[in-house]
Amino acid sequence: MLQPADSQERVNDFVIKLANVNGTGSASANTLLVKSIFRMGVPVMGKNYFPSNIQGLPTWYEIRVSRDGYVARSGRVDIMVAMNAETYAKDLKEVSPGGYLIYDSTWPRPALLKRDDITIFGMPFARMCNETFQGVRARILLKNIMYAGALAALLDIDLDIMRTMLGETYGRKRDLLDSNVRALEMGYAYAKEHFACPLPLRIAPMNKTADYIMIDGNTAAALGCLYAGATVGVWYPITPSTSLMDAFKALCQKWRVDPVTGKRNYVIIQAEDELAALGAVLGASWNGARAFTPTSGPGISLMNELIGLAYYAEIPAVIFDVQRVGPSTGMPTRTQQCDILLAAYASHGDTRHVLLFPNSPEECFYLSVQAFDLAERLQTPVFVMSDLDIGMNDWMCPVLKWDDSYRPDRGKVLSKEEIERLDKFYRFLDKDGDGIPYRTLPGVHPKGAYFTRGSGHSQFGTYTEDSTEYQIVLDRLKRKFDTAKKLVPSAVFEGRNEHDLGIVSIGSCDGAVREALDLLKRRGIRADYMRVRAFPFGEEVEEFLAAHSLVFVVEQNRDAQLRSLLTLETSVDKAKLRSILHYSGLPIPSSVVVDGVLAGLGEPVERFADVSAGRA
Amino acid sequence: MSFIPKPKVAHPSLPKNELGLTRRDYEGVMSTLCAGCGHDSVTAAIIEAVWGLSIRPEQVVKLSGIGCSSKTTAYFVSGGHGFNSVHGRMPSIATGAIAANKDLYYIGVSGDGDTLSIGFGQFAHAIRRNINMLYIIENNGVYGLTKGQFSASADIGSKTKRGEENLQPPIDPVVAGLTLGAGFVARSFSGDKQQLVPLIQAGLKYKGFALIDVLSPCVTFNDHEGSTKSYRFVREHYDEVVHADFVPPAQEITIQYSPGEAIPVTMHDGSRIVLRKLDERYDPTRRGKAYNYLRDRLAKGEYVTGLIYIDEKGRDFHEVNGTTDTPINQLPYEVLTPGAAALEQIMSRYR
Repeated sequence: MLQPADSQERVNDFVIKLANVNGTGSASANTLLVKSIFRMGVPVMGKNYFPSNIQGLPTWYEIRVSRDGYVARSGRVDIMVAMNAETYAKDLKEVSPGGYLIYDSTWPRPALLKRDDITIFGMPFARMCNETFQGVRARILLKNIMYAGALAALLDIDLDIMRTMLGETYGRKRDLLDSNVRALEMGYAYAKEHFACPLPLRIAPMNKTADYIMIDGNTAAALGCLYAGATVGVWYPITPSTSLMDAFKALCQKWRVDPVTGKRNYVIIQAEDELAALGAVLGASWNGARAFTPTSGPGISLMNELIGLAYYAEIPAVIFDVQRVGPSTGMPTRTQQCDILLAAYASHGDTRHVLLFPNSPEECFYLSVQAFDLAERLQTPVFVMSDLDIGMNDWMCPVLKWDDSYRPDRGKVLSKEEIERLDKFYRFLDKDGDGIPYRTLPGVHPKGAYFTRGSGHSQFGTYTEDSTEYQIVLDRLKRKFDTAKKLVPSAVFEGRNEHDLGIVSIGSCDGAVREALDLLKRRGIRADYMRVRAFPFGEEVEEFLAAHSLVFVVEQNRDAQLRSLLTLETSVDKAKLRSILHYSGLPIPSSVVVDGVLAGLGEPVERFADVSAGRA
Repeated sequence: MSFIPKPKVAHPSLPKNELGLTRRDYEGVMSTLCAGCGHDSVTAAIIEAVWGLSIRPEQVVKLSGIGCSSKTTAYFVSGGHGFNSVHGRMPSIATGAIAANKDLYYIGVSGDGDTLSIGFGQFAHAIRRNINMLYIIENNGVYGLTKGQFSASADIGSKTKRGEENLQPPIDPVVAGLTLGAGFVARSFSGDKQQLVPLIQAGLKYKGFALIDVLSPCVTFNDHEGSTKSYRFVREHYDEVVHADFVPPAQEITIQYSPGEAIPVTMHDGSRIVLRKLDERYDPTRRGKAYNYLRDRLAKGEYVTGLIYIDEKGRDFHEVNGTTDTPINQLPYEVLTPGAAALEQIMSRYR
């Protein structure tokens, strides 16, 4: 029997990485593993690094088991399941010293034995499948379930939970269920027989996932749209936002079909491009429906024209930007936070937009609902700035809850009776001093009719080329943006004025920063932390920046977009903002934050292995 | 543009429609287009048509893009909401508006630049989705606001004011509409109110995408010798092939048409369009034949006008979608939210 190279016991705290070929069905095996660990009550993170391709290119899945509940990547790999011959060499290199590599020994790879600081397990997955199962496709698919079985033995994952999960997946498809269970058990038995099971890295049941779910951000955002009462969804398919509309559609088919007539209480339109998608959203919002469009960076680029129209003509819209790697087509299946500046100032002329930055699927749900309320309250486009990491990966988050007393804030929309009582209706007049005018909907009352235009208009709604009339409206729009500061969700803090050192981050960086704070604390470095949740920045952001002499700004893009926005939109001294940037396309690991802070403070840096991140 | 303000008081003897409203109640703000612009005649025809149908002004939604034609939505039915959007994007705005409330009358006014160049994609897809709207193209073959460049509808050999000749073939919106599958395709001339008004009425009542291409000469940039979109050229080269009369639901068909000549077509709401064929061989219910006829006549430099094609049985956007009867912008939140208990149920999937 092979003995592990390093027998240091690490229960519920390690990283498994699975190297596969896309289109071979590995996703179901990897989900099976993550979900089984989750059901054992152990906090777990699963991230999928997949190619922009249908079949045949390398794909990786990373599972981090974290008894402390850390949700980010750690920057290390303890167990590599190397199922892709094409990436063997790279995958081998990535394993942290003392780690393990499992590979398909149907084809022996003596070159793999070059590393003596890790333990290598060979298992003849292909041969076993070929001998047991019929059909090329089945043999390929079941190899994956077989390695899941082997891992169950090596890591002490509850096999009954895995069987139950397979039952949930294949239910009535008896043949499929049988072959999957068989593959699972064969992998398990082989590992038990040939290796010292379990490894010192193993899973032990905990009770830390009881009130949690595993859900991806796009699904959670779609749920948010459903509960916000959105009735019109329009989109042009684009990775990584497509699954948001897929989820919305599925939810509508279940929850929005009239039980008596069978008719739909929603409209979903697949548009011809992103311009048309936003155009239809504006038409629907203008006409009183809650409407949204999910897209990604390239879609936002196309939408710029209509974003400006919505801003100036004051039409609500909810735009989900599930950010991916740019510029241009970039890397469509990799993650970044690279549209912050694009979205903040989208379109020509003086425009500024309301942005919300969820840090997780949980916030995708709640902030989606808030986005609709804000869009209608402020009569302007609101962007939900998610990203591929949040949008497409299953995250462990608290069970989503709903308060039935919620009612949508439809903003200042005049009813028929209210219009009737008016002497005359003026669309763009600031009656309340908050910069937000009143609006009316078509079809309600002839006295409420007005002419919407993207061309110069006066506060009374008439066409104008008069300088003063034009400026009155433009200045009011600025006041409206000031009002937005008070309405958007405030930043989240971990310590406010306790230390001189501050860390600021945004969205999906949150998990990595929170873990880094703990790791830094162990080294005697303490910092206050602020996670910005919206643009425009509220007073609390200004205060936090003022209260710290040195502030690290952590974000996932090359050009320090959040830092730029902070310097443009607050009075902070630019010199005290230091960037920690991660823009490899893979989610930011906590090690990058730790290293960045240490380097910035002139402390010695302990670099973690982070080959895959291609850190700059 | 004219600068004489309209009198605020309507004369008591002005004729009233079924709602007791006069034509004045369907007017908009004063046009700022050039005196003699064909577009102003189209505006007048729209006012006449909507008044004649006794549609409440607030039930009219006016949509447009950018260009001289798109400005005109401000010049009719002030009691209805207007949306002068951005260049070429009116069809998508209309799509969303119609999605939100299917019970209003949607009139899109566009131009040849707005529809056939920058907005051609959206135009095509609005037809494909068969959204229930009247889409009027005020077609003059020229970009007016930027001072006289050829548009995509300019004919080969047509000349600019300065004598420059257009060498590229035109995109004909009627041919495009026919081939893209529009169920109501008409062409008219801004100078022929008798033909245009009933066509607009029929288009408004048609359930689906109704396209009317209106040859509407630009007096400033395209009304000269050598232009194929001038008043004179259009008058000399246009030929009505099928005349459409609109008959409201409750009304008897009183005008006598000889059998074989008159084709009554019943619309969704029970109103009818009575088609009078002016060319024996023509059949406006056969798309392929209509296309061939049109193409042959176009090759001869002739504009075929009238209701060129109609298919009243097509399913509009909402029928295809299976949308509920209540306009979805009027569904109460209680109907839209699944509630907290349902969320708990949904959550079990993710445990």
